[in-house]
Amino acid sequence: MSLKKVNPEQPKTFKFDEKFKNIADEILKKYPEKNKKSAVMPFLYLAQKQNNNWIPLAAIKYVSKYLSMPYISVYEVATFYSMYNLSPVGKYFIQVCTTTPCLIRGADKIIKVCKQKISEKENQVTKNGECSWTEVECLGACVNAPMMQINNDYYEDLDEKSTAKIIDSIFKDKILEPGSYRGRKNTSPENKEIINGPDHA
Amino acid sequence: MLKEENRIFKNLYNNHGWELEKAIERNDWKNTKEIISKGKEWIINEIKISELRGRGGAGFSTGMKWSFAPKKVGSRPHYLVINADESEPGTCKDRDILRFEPQKLIEGCLIAGFATGAHTCYIYIRGEYSFEGQRLQEAINQAYKKNFLGKNACGTGWDFDIYIHYGAGAYICGEETALLESIEGNKGQPRLKPPFPALVGLYGCPTIVNNVETIAVVPTILRRGGKWFASLGRPKNTGTKIFCISGNVNSPCNVEEEMGIPLKELINTYAGGVIGGWDNLQAVIPGGSSMPLLPKKICETIKMDFDSLVENKSGLGTAGIVVINKNQDIVSCMARIARFYKHESCGQCTPCREGSGWMWRILDRATKGETTLSDIDLLDDVTKQIEGHTICAFGEGSAWPVQGLLRHFRKEIDKKCSNDPLIKKKKEVPYLVDQHLLEKKNA
Repeated sequence: MSLKKVNPEQPKTFKFDEKFKNIADEILKKYPEKNKKSAVMPFLYLAQKQNNNWIPLAAIKYVSKYLSMPYISVYEVATFYSMYNLSPVGKYFIQVCTTTPCLIRGADKIIKVCKQKISEKENQVTKNGECSWTEVECLGACVNAPMMQINNDYYEDLDEKSTAKIIDSIFKDKILEPGSYRGRKNTSPENKEIINGPDHA
Repeated sequence: MLKEENRIFKNLYNNHGWELEKAIERNDWKNTKEIISKGKEWIINEIKISELRGRGGAGFSTGMKWSFAPKKVGSRPHYLVINADESEPGTCKDRDILRFEPQKLIEGCLIAGFATGAHTCYIYIRGEYSFEGQRLQEAINQAYKKNFLGKNACGTGWDFDIYIHYGAGAYICGEETALLESIEGNKGQPRLKPPFPALVGLYGCPTIVNNVETIAVVPTILRRGGKWFASLGRPKNTGTKIFCISGNVNSPCNVEEEMGIPLKELINTYAGGVIGGWDNLQAVIPGGSSMPLLPKKICETIKMDFDSLVENKSGLGTAGIVVINKNQDIVSCMARIARFYKHESCGQCTPCREGSGWMWRILDRATKGETTLSDIDLLDDVTKQIEGHTICAFGEGSAWPVQGLLRHFRKEIDKKCSNDPLIKKKKEVPYLVDQHLLEKKNA
């Protein structure tokens, strides 16, 4: 499910560039000085962001030196949490929620579209590197099921048609707006503005 | 039904704007200084009067939890940690608070921090909620600009800082001690309790961990009085609650309602009824996937609060209601939940790490009709071996939904086994059975 296979091709070195170094130093201020180990999770995020959404082993080494931690402790964190990718993913990384609340609203249909349009198996990056998809566990938008996450954005209330449209827009590199694809406002009940509606302003 | 004047979260759908100015119009930050000047004891006592119970799942009394923090700050600083690692399937209430009512949470943090002696607060947001995290950070920045946070926060003389820490996709980090481990920079595996976090928590210091919704209702309770909150709902199950209604309903939604509202009313009034009509209802998961499901018969009359659900061998949990109608295969629905727990088990305790996989594999076979009757007994046995034999409540969380399935839908599972010719002859099948069950007579 999550990309825990370490990529066979690894860059030799890794270093935060200046922009990320500044952010990293800001992050360190959040935690007590003797507990700078706490910054390991945000640092891994930064490394992932700088390196096209995946973490090379060199970055793990770099972070461990930065925070004076044993290499294995950082490796442990990087492999424990599912959001750290240890292999390359597409420029647009699609994560489809398939846990029960989404499943009973038709998440399998979204998977079908992904299989047809992107790749038969999950985690296979398309030729130009623009896109890959994976199944994930509950993303916490159950009321807007079925839904998927593309990079950081939530696409909600999907069906086969809207999913196909969104994926097509990815291939054109002009991705559609996130949000509900049935035109409703956030988590409000459809067709009914009885609660928190304009009358109760 | 909840009266409009008693509604706490007036901007649940963002009809009125989330910004600080808009929040102030909705009475946030109205008399925070005055509330805090009444002192710690008054605040904790007022929360005790309100009988507020934690909204994160366990339903522990919030006032009591706060009173566990040491009265005087010693050599170790105190911490406040907000649990926004919302990952229980069926639950998406905290997301709306983070997006649309962030000031309620921030004000609650200041008050709770003052009451428990904490100058620093960490909000642990699940990594997937990156938009919600950015929104909350903007809201925090706005509050800093107005001097509601920082040195001498809101003119109260109390210094208070809030930091956001992102998770990275681990369900187990919603467990409070796993969450603390995660902030400390370790993998999120729960700690043994005791010592409880109130005495030895983050960085070994006294720490109070609360859910987002719990903290976000605190300012309103203190403004309107604990008695007002206690007058809603029923004794020991007071106040309002955000219910998330998802699954096979005509219009899934989040809605704030009084505790103790009948489930049927909730589904019919707000969620537009069950798809295919009420008679098409098969089962309801009342409180996020960890809580055992309820068959239609119980759903007719059940009231949505902590104690009535416990009486029916389930629980309110996070109030994430998943409605399952008769068009769904209940066994495959629960098999998917079992797969969720198999994926999310942290691997620390053997019964949970291995057992969650067993439960998934047996249920998965059951979905395909490849099980035998003794497999089902084995499944029941596995759930009992997990329950109560793990460090954290995740063990119960994974075992209870399967137990609920066996309790209420035994017939459906047995039907799935009927394809097996051996079953028709009512023979036991030793080769599929675990060793300790082999001692039975015809093994």
